Amino acid sequence: MRDDELLDCLQRGAFGYFVEQTNSANGLVADTSRAGSPASIAVVGFALASYPAAVDRGWIERDDAAARTLVTLRFFERSAQGAEPDATGYKGFYYHFLDLVSGRRVWQCEVSPIDTGILLAGVLTAAAYFTGTTAVETEIRALARKLYERVDWDWARNGKGTVAQGWKPETGFLHYRWQGYNEAALLYVLGLGSPTHPLPPASYSAWTTTYQWERIYGADVLYAGPLFIHQFSHAWIDFRQIQDPFMREKGSDYFENSRRAVDIQREYARLDPNEYGISGPDCWGFSAGDGPGPLALRVRGRNRRFFEYVARGVPFGPDDGTIAPAAALASLPFAPAFALSAVRHFLDLYPEWRDTWRLPSGFNRTAPGADSRGWICEGHFGLDQGAVVLMIENHRSGLIWKLMRNSLPIRTGLRRAGFTGGWL
Amino acid sequence: MTSALPRQRSNSNARYHLLIVGAGPAGLIAAQTAVRQGARVALIERNLLGGNCLNTGCIPSKTIIRTSRLYRDMRDAEMFGGQVPGGIAVDFPAVMARVRRVRARLAERVSAERLAAMGIDLYFGEARFAGPDSVTVGADVLRFKSALIATGARPVRPPISGIEDAGFLTYENVFDLTECPKRLLVVGGGPTGCELAQAFARLGSRVTLVQDESMFLGQEERDAAQLLSDALTRDGIEIHLDTQTTRVRVQGGDTIVDLVSNGATHTVAVDRILVGVGTVPNVQGLGLETAGVAYDAARGIPVDDFLRTSNRRIFAAGDVCTENKFPHIESVAGQIVTSNALFGGRARLSAQAVPWCTFTDPEIAHVGMYVTEARQKNITMKTFTVLMHEVDRAIADSEEDGFVKLHVREGTAKILGATVVARHAGDLINEISLAMSAGLDLHALARANQPFPTQSQAIKMAADAYVQSRSNPLRTWLRRTRLSW
Repeated sequence: MRDDELLDCLQRGAFGYFVEQTNSANGLVADTSRAGSPASIAVVGFALASYPAAVDRGWIERDDAAARTLVTLRFFERSAQGAEPDATGYKGFYYHFLDLVSGRRVWQCEVSPIDTGILLAGVLTAAAYFTGTTAVETEIRALARKLYERVDWDWARNGKGTVAQGWKPETGFLHYRWQGYNEAALLYVLGLGSPTHPLPPASYSAWTTTYQWERIYGADVLYAGPLFIHQFSHAWIDFRQIQDPFMREKGSDYFENSRRAVDIQREYARLDPNEYGISGPDCWGFSAGDGPGPLALRVRGRNRRFFEYVARGVPFGPDDGTIAPAAALASLPFAPAFALSAVRHFLDLYPEWRDTWRLPSGFNRTAPGADSRGWICEGHFGLDQGAVVLMIENHRSGLIWKLMRNSLPIRTGLRRAGFTGGWL
Repeated sequence: MTSALPRQRSNSNARYHLLIVGAGPAGLIAAQTAVRQGARVALIERNLLGGNCLNTGCIPSKTIIRTSRLYRDMRDAEMFGGQVPGGIAVDFPAVMARVRRVRARLAERVSAERLAAMGIDLYFGEARFAGPDSVTVGADVLRFKSALIATGARPVRPPISGIEDAGFLTYENVFDLTECPKRLLVVGGGPTGCELAQAFARLGSRVTLVQDESMFLGQEERDAAQLLSDALTRDGIEIHLDTQTTRVRVQGGDTIVDLVSNGATHTVAVDRILVGVGTVPNVQGLGLETAGVAYDAARGIPVDDFLRTSNRRIFAAGDVCTENKFPHIESVAGQIVTSNALFGGRARLSAQAVPWCTFTDPEIAHVGMYVTEARQKNITMKTFTVLMHEVDRAIADSEEDGFVKLHVREGTAKILGATVVARHAGDLINEISLAMSAGLDLHALARANQPFPTQSQAIKMAADAYVQSRSNPLRTWLRRTRLSW
């Protein structure tokens, strides 16, 4: 199969997740395909950004995509915002997980700035794509603007330098902060770009305070272990040749940094220091995802601990031998040859994935599973599928990047963060 | 306080060049250094010579850690191509007997007889400053030209509801245990908590480790804390990060503990609780006000870079200080004080490259500046990292967890700091510490020859990575020219 045919199958297979797992009454999308899964607001963000790609590729009609988008935006605009424990959101932010039907908070989860950021990135993608004069598309743009502008980004700092990782009505702000290189670049850019309740530029500097420029396996890199960190913000923002003060100082950019992260992943896989039997440099994709644990086993003379859903990373760990195949595929824009080689390797190992062309959250060749090939994650996860759809699209056409280059919040936020150069 | 030990000296109105309160590492080193240089020295101790380090801290913990590593290695024998011995059983009384044996051997080196023979006047009892230049010990009044306060610290008693009634262990009494707790809750993810949690887990306790921050060893690098977290998990320790210990109660034979994280309460039943959440300085009852020494009851005695207190005659070192309270550098501090107090020296603590180490497995050692610290000082830093799994000897030893990170000022070879995570990181860091103290840079480390294979090769590899990263157009042109035939 040719590369473009393969990518088309994989992208369409991933997009199918959103068709199958969306509640058409409110636009909410299940976090996973497992029974009883709640909705994840971040997955909704990925879904919203996937519709333009699906329209351009002819998988759904524009009117259908616009209708789906409008239902979603109307839900978020009308849902309960407040301090009550079963609201949908607070201060313009939303709870991480919502009941798929009622749209109310579940699991006593936190109001999540990062997941709200991903949701709003999807919302802004829709606004940038649906520029028609129909009533539906006009309303999409109006709602998108309203949703974005009512977020009180600065509240999420709780008076401190960086943004808190969450807030709960029962206990207030979480202790964790968004600091150091991680997926929160998108969050800070959106927060900085707000015309109503912006984050101060100093918050971006505070976020970068713990940055560490490091030579690992011969590559100079701003390190972050889990691969998704090098991808999620890039799903929307074209970081090629634009630089913030840190990257200007280092003569690099975040896109190049993500490419080098792939090199590190491949080298680690080649070395396989924990002797998980990873089959060479094409078997990479150490990232956040489901796992076979929690489980402690003695396997071939070694005591092994397997984790459940955690953010795996290399080379500093945690690594329990679990590979997230979708993470490797979502590196496509940075390292197309390596990503394609990896995904072909995965499909050779697990040919049945060709049935749906949809990659599971993880597999582990050491942990026990249904057969000798080890553990394979059951079902599918929305974040994986969203990253795959958007990153393949960016590789193929650059559609999402192009849309967001013209998004005023993104442009403003990047400039306030100190980005210059390139398309900006 | 009345000491059970015999008072070695009764010398009312004696005058000393250096009077030292506290016979821990700083006090002992200062006393020995000063007396060797001809000074008259008084050393006052209210409890045991050697201080916490010898009696309840570093030495007992390292001894028990060594035994616990042995058990870990036995269980992992297959990984080394060996056979797991049958019937591995922990003889806890034997473990603790070894602790006492080792402690007794080392205590002999700083015995009262030895110190007295060196010419140090020893006083056992409670010291109290009677003025800016005098101290009373019992009925004796001792005058001094300079004094050193090295009274150390004691464990914090945590404000956890019910814990006082339920009882708990600290580093002061954990080595008095006669049987290994089946279920042990360790409160505190600093060096003490992590070291002992791992040791007891390997000796057979089912350990739950609770840390109120989002990572272990708050001051260390994130990557080091991550590797430690993984290692503790592999040892079967149940980890609760970002979690508060809120309530303790005894029900039946169990100690029930409430743990709260992000508003959710989780309850565990344990047999014993070990608390390692920090220390409070021993400043009370010393008469510091009378001596004109400023102090804070919770934070300790502020000192300057010369280790001087607000009374220029009086110095302080170690855990009793508000700043630079590193027990591992107490011996360095002792030498600084001797130089500055007796001979008007200008030795600065900040001029020292002082490494430290947390003796978990892998060990975590650091010297010099951290990345965050450099950024706060607007110093541009670059890190050269070598993973232990790139090092031949570490692979041969099956000791691949860890790394060497050398931090340099970007664009130069000047070493600003280093973090080493490795099974023997405490030993590996010394080469870097020496280089920093001697003003050697990465070029020097790259040039140094080493026996092969050793784990310290990681340091040379990091230095080599620096050298290779320096592109010199002239050298490149010359190399190409010479090779172009």
